[in-house]
Amino acid sequence: MDFLIFKAPMLMVQASLDGILLGILFALIAYGMALQWGVMNIINIAQGDLVILGGYIAYTMYLAGIHPAWGVIVSPILMYFVGWGLYKLVINKVVDRDLFISILATFGIAIVFQQLMNFIFGADVVVAQSEYGTTMLFDNSVTLPNSKIFSAFVSLAYAVALVIYMKKSKLGRAIRATAQNARAAKILGVDTEKVYAATFGINAALCGIAGALISITLTLHPYVGLPYTVRSFMIVIVAGLGNLPAVAISGMGLGLFEEFADYILGTEFRIGAVFMLLVFILVYRRFKLSKKREYLK
Amino acid sequence: MNKIAKLFITFISALTLTLTSITSSFAKVEGDMIVLGSAISLTGKYSSNGVHTQNGYNMAVDRINSMGGVKVGGKSYKFEIIYYDDESNPKRAAQLAERLIKQDGVHYMLGPYSSGLTKAIAPVTEKYKIPMVEANGASRSLFTKGYKYLFAVLSPANQYLEVAIDLAVEKNGGKGVKIAQAFEQDAFSQDVRLGILDAAKRTGSKIIIDDKLPKELNDMAATLAKVKATKPDVLVVSGHTKGALTAIRQISEMKVDVPMLAMTHCDAAKLSKQHGKKSEYALCASQWHKNLSYKDKFFGGGKKYDKDFKKEFGYAPPYQSAESSAALLVFKDAFERANSFDRDKVRDALKATDMQTFYGNIKFGPGGQNIAKPMILFQVRCKGDSCENKVVAPTKWASDKFFHPIPPWSERG
Repeated sequence: MDFLIFKAPMLMVQASLDGILLGILFALIAYGMALQWGVMNIINIAQGDLVILGGYIAYTMYLAGIHPAWGVIVSPILMYFVGWGLYKLVINKVVDRDLFISILATFGIAIVFQQLMNFIFGADVVVAQSEYGTTMLFDNSVTLPNSKIFSAFVSLAYAVALVIYMKKSKLGRAIRATAQNARAAKILGVDTEKVYAATFGINAALCGIAGALISITLTLHPYVGLPYTVRSFMIVIVAGLGNLPAVAISGMGLGLFEEFADYILGTEFRIGAVFMLLVFILVYRRFKLSKKREYLK
Repeated sequence: MNKIAKLFITFISALTLTLTSITSSFAKVEGDMIVLGSAISLTGKYSSNGVHTQNGYNMAVDRINSMGGVKVGGKSYKFEIIYYDDESNPKRAAQLAERLIKQDGVHYMLGPYSSGLTKAIAPVTEKYKIPMVEANGASRSLFTKGYKYLFAVLSPANQYLEVAIDLAVEKNGGKGVKIAQAFEQDAFSQDVRLGILDAAKRTGSKIIIDDKLPKELNDMAATLAKVKATKPDVLVVSGHTKGALTAIRQISEMKVDVPMLAMTHCDAAKLSKQHGKKSEYALCASQWHKNLSYKDKFFGGGKKYDKDFKKEFGYAPPYQSAESSAALLVFKDAFERANSFDRDKVRDALKATDMQTFYGNIKFGPGGQNIAKPMILFQVRCKGDSCENKVVAPTKWASDKFFHPIPPWSERG
């Protein structure tokens, strides 16, 4: 096995930048997952499929002759209502049940969404063109697609806006209160039903933004949602719930890890490496937890 | 259980029983109908190519039926196909094949879409000794298992891009070249890879990057960065439509300069439409192109097929449709030569097939693969903003000269 990356330092720079830019995008999806996981205790298997649906919204705009970048504004608005509708239709029936039921329910939603997207948009792989060009660094030896830079900036901007919104607005406070203790929040007059619906809507909106960005940076296909679900799950596991900076850092870390795994272990182990890391982290967490328990004894 | 529910269940079971008895009365040959069966992907991830396959089958059935049908024993028969949707799922496909054979009494099968599904069905048709002519399973492993009832009208996967390596060597003055390759980890793409390995060995070429892309592939940036650093003479990519689209997107964005780029699935990915000028100069393997000069009496030539297909289905036929149509022509020819509906006689007739169709010459090798038809390569060429696929190899059918090397991105507008 040759470790090309150690021979060419520019590759190191390229890999790091690619990883970080991609990681920020993952972090946005993961933040949505962390939000509704924290508030509603639901692991949303359909997360990736919401992302892809958001992407198809941007793609539809692109087909209609509108620049797909506008998708980062239109897609979240539409997706908010999709999320809200999903909550009213399915999620509100499983929100107080145990985790297994919600996983099953969202798994079902994922399948329905995949088939619907396949039915409406076809099974072809599609891309939207942003025509943003490329930024070249170090005498053309490191190239960064501007669409990736754009997507990282948009993700960051939305993340910051969301943090401020959660801190300052009434709904944001209500969401945080519900996350801390739903029963207490209810007693104090918070309409938790509304909070849940809004949370699920916000999550779907975040997926919508990510999807629109993916349509101009990567490719869309009705059945590629799952890897996004797995990645965001992974990021949330590492970062913990309700900690945005940690989610961002862990997102970038995952992006970097993937890129470097690609160079060092080979492309075929790229996704495998992510799963291995997931196993290690879960085992490590359990180990730490059991230590803590002993200490408490 | 309450009464209504019981009644309902009785009703449903009665209905199912009636339906199964109706369907099982379909035999191999009903009156003047020859019944063929096919499990095909109408939903799921292969549904677009599944539909192309089905359209190809249907087009040929209509054409053959309207031009006198199949003559066996002095009587004229018509084709009919029973389709089931396999949901792009191999397990389901195998079940459906079993059902077609055991319940519907089908004695002759047409293949599904993709190598994976054909692999799932072939053991079933083999077990029941049902001749199957397939048009969309190119994986080499289908032809090394000693199947006796499987016949494929298409060239096997390992031949897809071999020609491209030969071309690169030729352009390099007969000397071996440096090859960078990235293949998805699925049966088909890995067979394409084996073909390249053979070609590399034969021509004394060196493989300097050999990446295996994951199934969930959507990002090849790492592979392309390696390509940029190592400067190979040829970059070969095969990962179905996703691979083709991802490769062009990232090659153009990362400004990767490589003298030659060879791929599969360009036309299925609608590369020249989706990526326009960015896809220019890409070299693509194809089973068929409308400009080839093959002829038959049912469809005329490729151009006529293209026209008729467009009229009927409203889009230009991808090669998946053309090869599917050819499968029916092979069946018709075999029935007439066998002059019988005996399965083994039909199988022997299929084995002895040696014919020309609009799609190409068809003659089956010992494993059932088509050995009479070469793969073709086309290159995406653009005039202004409109891009077209031009045949560049083999020279016999080339409409345009192979453009080599690809100009660097700094010179491309």
